[in-house]
Amino acid sequence: MDLATLLFWIIAIILVGSSLLVVGLRNIVHSALALVVVFAMAAGIYLLLNAEFIAIVQILIYAGAVTILILFALMLTRTNNLRTNSNPINKIWWIGAIISTLVGAGIIFAVTIGPYSTAHAGGGAGYGPQNAACPLPPNNVAYIGELLYSPTCYSYVLPFEIASLVLLVAIIGAIVIGRED
Amino acid sequence: MGLSLNHFLVLGALLFCIGLYGALAKRNAIAVLMGIEIMLNAVNITMVGFAFYNTVKPWSTYLTGQIFAIFIITVAAAEAAVALAMIISIYRKRNTVDVGEINLMKW
Repeated sequence: MDLATLLFWIIAIILVGSSLLVVGLRNIVHSALALVVVFAMAAGIYLLLNAEFIAIVQILIYAGAVTILILFALMLTRTNNLRTNSNPINKIWWIGAIISTLVGAGIIFAVTIGPYSTAHAGGGAGYGPQNAACPLPPNNVAYIGELLYSPTCYSYVLPFEIASLVLLVAIIGAIVIGRED
Repeated sequence: MGLSLNHFLVLGALLFCIGLYGALAKRNAIAVLMGIEIMLNAVNITMVGFAFYNTVKPWSTYLTGQIFAIFIITVAAAEAAVALAMIISIYRKRNTVDVGEINLMKW
């Protein structure tokens, strides 16, 4: 078992365990803190997959910003039974458990033993043949930047601008919804 | 035994169904939001795994999965901001964040 496989199993076990803690803990602040572990371990998975930029963005946005936002919302919406049971399950939780088990089993069946499974997918890891018009950048981050911004090569300039518009609308919407009236 | 795409897809599926359970079975609205965040992370892991094990020939499509992951992170951040603003606004009016008691739109 090589190092990458060992790291994968360690990270995967911590990831699944802490996400079970997120849905299982009785104190919701502890759930939010377990969510930090989930996000950090997901960043480790991205590093194993050669996605350095996504890993850094994951740490910055999820483990940094979204978690702080969630903790602030928890602070602003205090419940009086924080320690005993501030993260209750509803009456029909077993329907949710059945549905999520079926969905998970369906996906795992489809990717492992189903007729369209990925058993014969490629070995991965690597860049394809060079294109003379657009030489390949030396690393992943420069490559992503070229894909996002470059007007000459195949790029995602328009979706990127639309995403910034979505962020602007979300900021304004959050301010309008959340302000005192 | 090395790693393969299936490892990452099964990990993503497990995380997705845990997050789905959290989103379906919780009564605190913020816990529902946490479940949705876990689901989005599972999809991101799947996307990045597909990008890593991609064997499509034109090199410009090699990192499409990572670009998708970036857009998913963007939309997730926007969604978290708007959803938490809504939760705080509802809490101000109703003094609860229990999704079973929020029935403003029930007819």
